[in-house]
Amino acid sequence: MQTARLFGTWISGSLRIICRGGALYWAWMALLLALIGVGGVSYYFQLRDGLVTTSMRDQVSWGFYIGNFTFLVGVAAAAVTLVVPAYIYGWKPIKEIVVYGEMMAVTAITCCALFVLVDIGHPERFWHLIPGPGILNVPSSMLGWDVIALNGYLILNFVIVTYLLFNLFRKKQPNKKIYMTLVWLSIPAAIAIHTVTAFLYSGLIARPFWNSAILAPRFIVSAFCSGPALMLVIMQLMQKFSTFTIRREAIHKIAELMTYFMGFNLFLLLAEVFKEYYSDTEHVVHMRYMFNGVHGHDAIVPFMWVAVACSAFTFLMFISRKRRENLVLLNLGCALVFLGVYLEKSMGMVIPGMTPDTLGEIFEYVPSWNEIRVSLGILALGALLYTWMVKIATPILHGEFHFESGKDREKAAS
Amino acid sequence: MSLAVNRREFLCSLAGCAAVAAVGGCSDITHSDFFRKRFREIEPGEMVDIIADLEARQKEKYGKDVTISTKGAQPGVEFGYALDVSRCVGCRKCEYACADENNQSRDPELHWIRVLEMEQKTGIDFHNADPYYEPETVPEEGMFYLPVACQQCRNAPCVKSCPVGATWQEDDGIVVVDQDWCIGCRCCVAACPYGARHFNWTEPELPAEHHNPDQHYLGNRPRPKGVVEKCTFCIHKVREGEYPACMEACPVGARTFGNLLDADGELRYILENKKVFVLKGELNTRPRFYYYYG
Repeated sequence: MQTARLFGTWISGSLRIICRGGALYWAWMALLLALIGVGGVSYYFQLRDGLVTTSMRDQVSWGFYIGNFTFLVGVAAAAVTLVVPAYIYGWKPIKEIVVYGEMMAVTAITCCALFVLVDIGHPERFWHLIPGPGILNVPSSMLGWDVIALNGYLILNFVIVTYLLFNLFRKKQPNKKIYMTLVWLSIPAAIAIHTVTAFLYSGLIARPFWNSAILAPRFIVSAFCSGPALMLVIMQLMQKFSTFTIRREAIHKIAELMTYFMGFNLFLLLAEVFKEYYSDTEHVVHMRYMFNGVHGHDAIVPFMWVAVACSAFTFLMFISRKRRENLVLLNLGCALVFLGVYLEKSMGMVIPGMTPDTLGEIFEYVPSWNEIRVSLGILALGALLYTWMVKIATPILHGEFHFESGKDREKAAS
Repeated sequence: MSLAVNRREFLCSLAGCAAVAAVGGCSDITHSDFFRKRFREIEPGEMVDIIADLEARQKEKYGKDVTISTKGAQPGVEFGYALDVSRCVGCRKCEYACADENNQSRDPELHWIRVLEMEQKTGIDFHNADPYYEPETVPEEGMFYLPVACQQCRNAPCVKSCPVGATWQEDDGIVVVDQDWCIGCRCCVAACPYGARHFNWTEPELPAEHHNPDQHYLGNRPRPKGVVEKCTFCIHKVREGEYPACMEACPVGARTFGNLLDADGELRYILENKKVFVLKGELNTRPRFYYYYG
């Protein structure tokens, strides 16, 4: 009973926190809410008229939505795995790294679920996926496995974050054995979600561009470039705007680990490029569509060269310890590698896989504005969720927001 | 009127449809569609009511008496198809007969059969095929034609990929889709190596004069938007002992449909005596649709 009441206090206190903030906070909220509103209206148009409001057609039947979904699964997976170096190198704010990383995972998976939801033709039939009333077609369907893996991962991370924050809120030391067991469990789960998502593509015999054994390793390695890049920037922002502190050497270590993964990521890309161009079978057409254009169709070619340039440039920059330890260059590199992986993994993975289609037709897909607006709405919703979670979690982690903090304030006032 | 329908559809498309339906926000019809089970799980008793309801709704919409069959696969039957590539002249009569028979959308125009024009000197080469050829007369000099629809694979990648089991292979080999169970995720579209699966990107438009009232539950019922559809070998016809519409329409006799298990049938004669091949054999989909040069 006591716990339930405290939980209620926590929720109401949290709601009060997200309703308070400076001008910058409210400007940020206004921007996000506006984007969510625009996305919502655009989604209404899509529900009314069908997925014809997107640029997808039978030839290219997955596009911007599924590309963003794939990229965000990587972000969700990588955010959590930062716990591993934090633990191994004994960085002090491990609890903070766990909390901020897992909150990012919760946010990213929520966006993933929404991207799948907006992509399907009959969202109201989602219950068909629930075993019991519906039918979950496992073991044969990879999307079936993905539903299990992503939901399991979402629940796991949600439980860890809630457990940690609620216990700190009621000034009870969280049981390290419990939460570290769950955290260690979430690491193979992180690898699993990204592997299953890769298998969703690589298991398709109809699409030689995806039907590659190194797709899953590529997904994971590229996620270890983009995920830490995002977390590094967020941690620095937090350091600036809150009392959160992370040691310089932790940042440097993450940058160093990213460098290895960037190199490995480029190597895997090279392996794919070599295999396709050197063997020069009919399957090379997809990679040619990506990097050269085919029969004058080259809408995505510049984006793909930008992606490769970003990844290669950042890798070369980060090889030098001096450069990657320079904060300006570090943040520039993080932005570039994030952009590079985003382009390579969302549009650069989905579209060439489906162009030309299975009967050789080239249908040039470029996302429609409605599709882009819906997607921005989902990303804004994710940003809103993360902002709120950070806003609630930070004072808890610093002992400023706990079950007696209301009384403290009264005391201070009197 | 259409606005009211749209609003209702919109409300029903929200995750909270069950709640909305419970408080009477949706009509009874939408209500029963939403909770309808997959074809294979519907009890025979329930099925009678569902069919009566579906037939009545189509009568209201198209002004015709509709019969929707639920006839199952017959024992001792496994359907197969053979197409003589050397006879095909590329007239696309099969493609349009298919659309007429199977209630395909006229706007946007949707076809289950796609006829590809290829050069004789290169042979079958999908990457240089043209599905949009428009000459004055066919066949064009130096060209040959390859009609492609569902290959009714024995090892069907589409069936494997569906997360909700909305598509499966019947005992007579026909791969079917339950349009009322499909969630529209398009995994099967991505999985099919033959471009045989088609998605309804918007509400299909089927004028009453093109509406075919002779239907099968798993076949040519008019589809809603947001679901996948495909060739079923004209399941409503072939299970009654008739030929598929594409075969009947072919003016040059390039198409042969039959029972693979009938040792004396014409289909078996072709398979045993002609140089037969399947499309993309290296993928091990093991199609029941064969091609040959007669």
